[in-house]
Amino acid sequence: MRITCTVNGRPQVADSVWAGESLLYVLRERLGLPGSKNACEQGECGSCSVYLDGTLVCACLVLGGQADGREIVTVEGLSNGDSLHPVQQAFVEAGAVQCGFCTPGLVVATHDLLRRVPRPSDAQIREALAGNICRCTGYAKIIDAVHLAAGRMGAA
Amino acid sequence: MEFLQPTSWPEALTMKAAHPEAMPIAGGTDVMVEVNLDRHRPAAIIDLTRVAELTEWGGEGDLLRIGSGVTYARIIDELGDRLPGLAMASRTVGSPQIRNRGTVGGNLGSASPAGDAHPPLLAMDALVELASVHGSRRLPVSEFFIGPKRNAARPEELIAAFLIHPASGPQQFSKVGTRNAMVIAVCSFALALDPKRRRIGTGIGSAAPTPVTAADAERFMAGVLEEAGLWERPSEVDASAIARFGELVAAAARPIDDVRGTAAYRRHALSVLARRSFTWAWLEYQRSA
Repeated sequence: MRITCTVNGRPQVADSVWAGESLLYVLRERLGLPGSKNACEQGECGSCSVYLDGTLVCACLVLGGQADGREIVTVEGLSNGDSLHPVQQAFVEAGAVQCGFCTPGLVVATHDLLRRVPRPSDAQIREALAGNICRCTGYAKIIDAVHLAAGRMGAA
Repeated sequence: MEFLQPTSWPEALTMKAAHPEAMPIAGGTDVMVEVNLDRHRPAAIIDLTRVAELTEWGGEGDLLRIGSGVTYARIIDELGDRLPGLAMASRTVGSPQIRNRGTVGGNLGSASPAGDAHPPLLAMDALVELASVHGSRRLPVSEFFIGPKRNAARPEELIAAFLIHPASGPQQFSKVGTRNAMVIAVCSFALALDPKRRRIGTGIGSAAPTPVTAADAERFMAGVLEEAGLWERPSEVDASAIARFGELVAAAARPIDDVRGTAAYRRHALSVLARRSFTWAWLEYQRSA
């Protein structure tokens, strides 16, 4: 089947999509957007986090056909050309990136948190990022990065 | 695999009648796991996310009628004041990503013994509304679960909504797991104090082949409160009565040993959860009286 959707502001068409295919597979394998990572395929790790019509979701749990006609924003859509989004920049500077596999999902989930809660507490950060798992266990620096980004975005 | 995408409720029922084997999908938080990991490949999938009627809720007489497509995130935000027990349970579901997509209707459809929404629905005596092209019917949620991951819906039926009384008193939900998010319950317990109907409601999760109530415990505690006139003049409830309530809740479970815990642990944990839940809820009732 054919899926037509808007990804990062651009109209996209994916053909020959199998009915059981996830949005994550469509993004990575059909549309060439490998930013969203494929790890657990069961909504446990958060590394495929994207926006679907403005709502934070795991792309692996959205059926491709459910995304037809919808608007998707992936981690690739957060930066402005070559200049990183403040959340991305904060992750780099705080040393919140180790192997990097969880980073795209954490960046999108952090982006979602900060637009709802501009100055989150540690507890709010832990709650909001509970579904994003870092197997390098670099959580302390990830929390530092969220505070850093929040401070800068608040000041801007 | 066939993909069906109705855009209205009548169209959804017509499609389900024509494809009774079709697996309904809403938030996908259960269905997609099965498909992604190739555990189950349905012949057809029917996507209910375009059916606007399922995402609505409103009053119906004394009851709230909540569409099966309302997400956990919306239950928390929009209904947390009227359904505190269900909202507490919803907060323990997965992560923000999962709560943004997952629905109570989907939880009912999966009918897992560990489904987080089930104990509060049991404690609140909720009704499940099933519909097909032939009409709709409502049955008590306690009759809806008929076995592990099996429910009473017929092949041509879809889950339309659930109906539930807004809370008339304090409610609690507790869940045992290895961390504070993203866990399936080792066991769980929901309690509803219903001063309006002079009733105690209970629901036990993940400790029997289906979610179950603890009817003996409910009757016992309702009797204790009635006898001493405690609904009208809420003073302290005797500790031995609360302990007995915990024992009766544990006795209503039929747990097994599995990877998440032993039967003995589950029984013990349930008696503790029941005792604590009652103590917390009763304190709240005393304060509000």
